[in-house]
Amino acid sequence: MERIDNVFYSYANKSSGLIDPEGIEALCSDLEVDHTDVRILMLAWKMKSEKQGYFTLEEWRRGLKALRADNVHKLKKALPELEKEVKRPTNFVDFYSYAFQYCLTGNEKEKQKSIDIESICQLLDLALGFQFRSQVDYFIDYLKIQSDYKVINLDQWMGFYRFCNEINFPGLSNYDPELAWPLILDNFVEWLREKQT
Amino acid sequence: MEIELEQGWEIVLRGFNKLKNIVEGLPEPQFTSEDYMKLYTTVYTMCTQKPPHDYSQQLYDRYRESIEDYITSTVLPSLREKHDEFMLRELVKRWTNHKVMVRWLSRFFHYLDRYFIARRSLSPLNEVGLTCFRNLVYLELNGKVRDAVISLIDQEREGEQIDRALLKNILDIFVEIGMGQMDYYENDFEDAMLKDTAAYYSRKASNWIQEDSCPDYMLKAEECLKREKERVSHYLHSSSEPKLLEKVQNELLSVYGNQLLEKEHSGCHALLRDDKVNDLSRMFRLFSKIPRGLEPVSSIFKQHVTGEGTALVKQAEDAASNKKSVGLQVFVRKVIELHDKYLAYVSDCFQNHTLFHKALKEAFEIFCNKGVSGSSSAELLATFCDNILKKGGSEKLSDEAIEETLEKVVKLLAYISDKDLFAEFYRKKLARRLLFDKSANDDHVTDLTLARENQTSFEEYLGNNANANPGIDLTVTVLTTGFWPSYKSFDLNLPVEMVKCVEVFREFYQTKTKHRKITWIYSLGTCNLIGKFEPKTMELIVTTYQASALLLFNTADRLSYSEIMAQLNLTDDDVVRLLHSLSCAKYKILIKDPNTKTISPTDSFEFNTKFTDKMRRIKIPLPPVDEKKKVIEDVDKDRRYAIDASIVRIMKSRKTLCHQPLVMECVAQLGRMFKPDIKAIKKRIEDLISRDYLERDKDNPNLFRYLA
Repeated sequence: MERIDNVFYSYANKSSGLIDPEGIEALCSDLEVDHTDVRILMLAWKMKSEKQGYFTLEEWRRGLKALRADNVHKLKKALPELEKEVKRPTNFVDFYSYAFQYCLTGNEKEKQKSIDIESICQLLDLALGFQFRSQVDYFIDYLKIQSDYKVINLDQWMGFYRFCNEINFPGLSNYDPELAWPLILDNFVEWLREKQT
Repeated sequence: MEIELEQGWEIVLRGFNKLKNIVEGLPEPQFTSEDYMKLYTTVYTMCTQKPPHDYSQQLYDRYRESIEDYITSTVLPSLREKHDEFMLRELVKRWTNHKVMVRWLSRFFHYLDRYFIARRSLSPLNEVGLTCFRNLVYLELNGKVRDAVISLIDQEREGEQIDRALLKNILDIFVEIGMGQMDYYENDFEDAMLKDTAAYYSRKASNWIQEDSCPDYMLKAEECLKREKERVSHYLHSSSEPKLLEKVQNELLSVYGNQLLEKEHSGCHALLRDDKVNDLSRMFRLFSKIPRGLEPVSSIFKQHVTGEGTALVKQAEDAASNKKSVGLQVFVRKVIELHDKYLAYVSDCFQNHTLFHKALKEAFEIFCNKGVSGSSSAELLATFCDNILKKGGSEKLSDEAIEETLEKVVKLLAYISDKDLFAEFYRKKLARRLLFDKSANDDHVTDLTLARENQTSFEEYLGNNANANPGIDLTVTVLTTGFWPSYKSFDLNLPVEMVKCVEVFREFYQTKTKHRKITWIYSLGTCNLIGKFEPKTMELIVTTYQASALLLFNTADRLSYSEIMAQLNLTDDDVVRLLHSLSCAKYKILIKDPNTKTISPTDSFEFNTKFTDKMRRIKIPLPPVDEKKKVIEDVDKDRRYAIDASIVRIMKSRKTLCHQPLVMECVAQLGRMFKPDIKAIKKRIEDLISRDYLERDKDNPNLFRYLA
């Protein structure tokens, strides 16, 4: 435990007692991964980190204990295993939903409920791109050209994951707009079908 | 005294022979009561003697045998030698005789009926007598008889005179021979008669459908049905009527129904086109009798009305593209006339049948919701009403006529899905009518009455406070915000002269009330200006906007577009509109440089000192801003609220509900006002999820939960 804490303090900001964006930047360079790498998001998920860009001591302990790492070297070695864990279907939904909530800004009282299109596109690419490359690419294209939505909420975010899992792609033969799909997906499918003809 | 069998039978037989002679019409004195008493007593005695001298059984058997004997020896030979109608006549005669005979005989043997037969549950004498005829005569001849009857019926159908009474009597035999059952009539006659009828009309119809026009064919069909009905009343059994008519209708109407309705130059389409109301009424009467017969008729009716309506839309489109604005007014008129016309068809020709009401409704819904050259029907109807109701509108109608026309508009409104849009347009136009005193009927609007009282007291105030007087006559209409449509306010930089007016009024108003805030709506104001032109001084009646623009030229000779815009603080749209009215329209109070027909931001303007007109007083109209876009936006916004409210209402009572039933219930709730777009509903659901009114069920993504 002491060693885990020592590693924490080596990255933490002295005055706030947290690992802040600067600390994470340093951690990333020691781990030899980019700070926009999906593995950092996975690490945050493992720690159940609440605020984007910050790790608390409690979160740090929770994550590193679970990964059985008490130094940076071990942490680095644990990353491939973490990646496998996340990709297990039972964990992935949780991770995907976490990714959205992690990116919401604002404090607890006035927490945002939705994320702007530009950030959503980056997040999709990061969190879902390696699973559903083609769906994600098309959806990002669509989000960028459409003008009906400026933000995306959690329901729409989760709806897209369900879409990727349930709908034939690119055939779309089993997509039924009569069902309760979020409207943004109806519009997406309409756009895709128009493109295809 | 005992009677032996043969001795007694001798007596009975004598009576029987006498009876035969009478029935055959041979010279024979009538039965006297002594004769009758003797016969009865003989039978009675023979039946009441002690065994073995009780001859009841023997008498019963001999009764039948002697009738059989009579039939074989006399009746059958006389029938066999005759044919066709003669055979029929003979049969009627023989049957009548037979009944008479059996009746008499049963009287002679009456004692048998009372005791022997009753005790042993044997067939009664009358029945035995008739059964003899059935077994021996009827069974042999019924086929021949049936054919002869059917052949006579066919002759009658071809227009020949036949002996109806004879047929009636023959067919009565078929009925009576059943002794209470209809089986003989139905199986031995009716079946074949119905088959023949079908074959007969099938032949007829196949010719008629080739040769006759639809109206002629229908006339024939109706006549045939009438004749067949008469036929039943003349000689067939009444139970045959529905079966017979069904056959005829089937052959004449069901089989050729579509061919008949679709006849190119005379079918249903043509009848509607040529307004052949009598033929259409006949068509309804005929086709209402066959199963599902009216469906194709109503569907053609719907097509026809839709076509007529669509043609009106097209006409109005053409008129509109030729810039004839009256076109739209005429269009509504014509749609009303169209509705009047075909509603009368539904009630008169089609007897108010629901299928035709439905067809009319669906047809009107199709073309009434199309809109004409960018204007929705909701807007057209609102404009139409406005024109009728405003003073000096293009339509000059009596109060009754107005009332009647409005009622017709309301009927059309039922076909329009955007009723809310109509209401909003109508409200805007009503406000305009009331404010500009254009309404023919505004006594009841309290707000306006109050505003007038207010003006009177303002004038008193000015009278009492001479120093407050702005030097300009000012009339202010103070209205309650919520009662009226919303208007843009505070958008104009008022000229100083008018700023003074506003201040004076505000001071006055504060003496009356402390807690009310006045919002000035300059866009609805009018001004009377004195224009000192070189030829003569004139009075100009203009809007406050126009007046503000003109007053700028009191202190400047020439102003550019952008200077005017900056000084008035108005949008491009407003500036273009009012400068156009002052420099490019009928009265050119301003000279525009360059002198073109449209306003551009690089133009400059000068006061036209040379301007004059033969009148001393002129009104310079400023075309109102096109409110359409704003109305549509307002309505869209209202619809969003209405859908939200509806979804929340539904979910509040249901707690959880699947997507489809939620959408359906929402559509049903709102249908009275407008037809909500399914996408719009989905969008609102999405939004309500964002706002935590709803959530999607974790396991069933089609299910929503209400979050209290």
